[in-house]
Amino acid sequence: MRNLIIIAFRNLFRNKRRTLLTSSLISFGVIIVVVFGGLAISFKSQMVGVLTNTAMGDLQIHAKGYVESIDNQPLNLTLSGMELAKVETMLKEMPEVAAYSPRIKFGAMISNYAQTSNIRLSAVYPEMENRTVPEFIKRIRGDIPNPENFLKPGEILVPENLMKGLSLKTGDEIVLVATNKEGSVNAITLLIAAVTENVFGPSGKDGYIHIQDGQALLRMDQPEIVEIAIHLQRFDQLNNVFVQLKKKFAAPQASIEVHTWEQLSPFASIARIVDLLVIVVKFILISIVLVSILNIMTMSVYERISEIGTIAAIGTPPRRILSLFLIEGFAMGLLSTVVGIVIGLSILWLMNTTKIDFTFGQMNVSLAPSIPAGEIMWVAIIVMLMSLFAGFQPAYKASKMEPVDALGHV
Amino acid sequence: MDHEFIGNGASMSLIELENVTKVYQTGEVPVRALKGISLQLEKKSFVSFIGPSGSGKSTLLNLIGVLDKPTQGNILVNGTDVNKLDRAEAAAFRGRTIGFVFQNFNLIPVLTVYENVEYPLLMLGRLPLKERHSRVMQLLEKVGMSDQKEKYPNRISGGQKQRVAVARALVTNPQIVLADEPTANLDHVTAFKIINIMHEMTNEFGTTFIFSTHDPKIVGEAEILHTLEDGTIVNTEYRKAG
Repeated sequence: MRNLIIIAFRNLFRNKRRTLLTSSLISFGVIIVVVFGGLAISFKSQMVGVLTNTAMGDLQIHAKGYVESIDNQPLNLTLSGMELAKVETMLKEMPEVAAYSPRIKFGAMISNYAQTSNIRLSAVYPEMENRTVPEFIKRIRGDIPNPENFLKPGEILVPENLMKGLSLKTGDEIVLVATNKEGSVNAITLLIAAVTENVFGPSGKDGYIHIQDGQALLRMDQPEIVEIAIHLQRFDQLNNVFVQLKKKFAAPQASIEVHTWEQLSPFASIARIVDLLVIVVKFILISIVLVSILNIMTMSVYERISEIGTIAAIGTPPRRILSLFLIEGFAMGLLSTVVGIVIGLSILWLMNTTKIDFTFGQMNVSLAPSIPAGEIMWVAIIVMLMSLFAGFQPAYKASKMEPVDALGHV
Repeated sequence: MDHEFIGNGASMSLIELENVTKVYQTGEVPVRALKGISLQLEKKSFVSFIGPSGSGKSTLLNLIGVLDKPTQGNILVNGTDVNKLDRAEAAAFRGRTIGFVFQNFNLIPVLTVYENVEYPLLMLGRLPLKERHSRVMQLLEKVGMSDQKEKYPNRISGGQKQRVAVARALVTNPQIVLADEPTANLDHVTAFKIINIMHEMTNEFGTTFIFSTHDPKIVGEAEILHTLEDGTIVNTEYRKAG
């Protein structure tokens, strides 16, 4: 086998032009997959990072049935005190959970005493919210000296477009009017502490108040938590934690359910399209490798019929001729893959050093493309397998040639 | 000549053909390339087949070289009934027993002179590197090509190519070397040199050289001369070469 490998590599290096042409085509395919894959994965993770770290959290826990009617923000589907205590104990015991933030979410009317509009409110504990969505602070425009305490009781963060629509400015007083779950209407006055920018642009109507104010406005004796957002130590633990929590809430009478960000955000479908694009590019790569190796090995067999006749005449068994051509195809795939991966990773490294900045909604995102080792392995294995597969037919043909016919070929 | 075909290795001759016929089906008309040839060739002999184009010389060499099978008849090479060998067995047999020199040299263009001679040893995987090197160099020196060993075939002359081909045929130490029109693409002086080298190798290594030619000036070098016409041996001459 060692000798065959020597001969195969020698044939490839001596037929420089042919090898270079084919290898460059395969390498180009690998480069495209590595660079495109790196960009796409990085874009996706940045976008997901923006969503989960500025608003949603990685996972959310709600009372059963809440997500189905999430647009109405019902206040009767909340976690009871006992359920909240149980969930909090559970989350504190999970090493994968970095932080969590209980929220009361409800709809209200906001008024500047002259005009009124509607607003979607999240009543939060600022310290917990800051730890759970650590990038949220970047979405706040205003003087926030301490991110841990971005909101005090008596203050409100108002979304940008409502500020404009109601001609408000920081420090102004507004009135919030809301109906609680019993149907009782109540109002409180709050001072505007700062402006929030929506992730997806100025269309959002999401405001933030302190949980004490939410409790007072809705006349709750105890905070009736609608949602618990969870931030994980590592994002790649998402599925593992999701499965663990789902198991814990799996009892038939369980009144709690857990969802990942993907199940709650419309961006998940964009992320799936990105995944699909990466798959399409991979299929294109497979086609390039398949056609290139098939083409070059077929050409090689036709060009070398006389050589095949000679090596068969000197006593080379058909199996060794088959192996020789298979090794040549495989070696070409291997060399091209290594070159493609090295160039692809170098391009990603260059992109990382130069930093690609762009704006996503209201957020400035710096794209730092990288590709997981698993993806690189996947590409390498596929190209290797395709090289073997595509090289088999020409190699088999070579091994089946009758030496007397091959020697007589002109 | 009546000859009892034994086929069990008990025969004294290196090569025995009994009533060998080869028919090619080209289109609708069958072509009888060989018509019931019987002959015996001894070890360490220097044999030539002569005859016009189409007389069956190449077909006969292909059959003796186990590159092809007869339509009828039996062939015994070194005691082996080669008709019974399958493709892989035939290849292994050729690797052990036979070397080939071709009219067009059939050197591999992307390999150097040294690598071309080394190629059969690499392919058959017989010798470790050191012994392989020593064997290749020994043969290159014998054929006077050791100083050209780094050159590629397109950088050497036709005669030099054929010398390399002779070295390649001998590198596996075969008992038989078959050369189909080895001097057809060479001038007379070079052709004589090649035949002389082959003759020297017969004497030195005890190899049986069998070559075909239609060059009447070259045939004088052979010890045994079989003349073929229209698929049959019409004359056999035994003589002292040179």
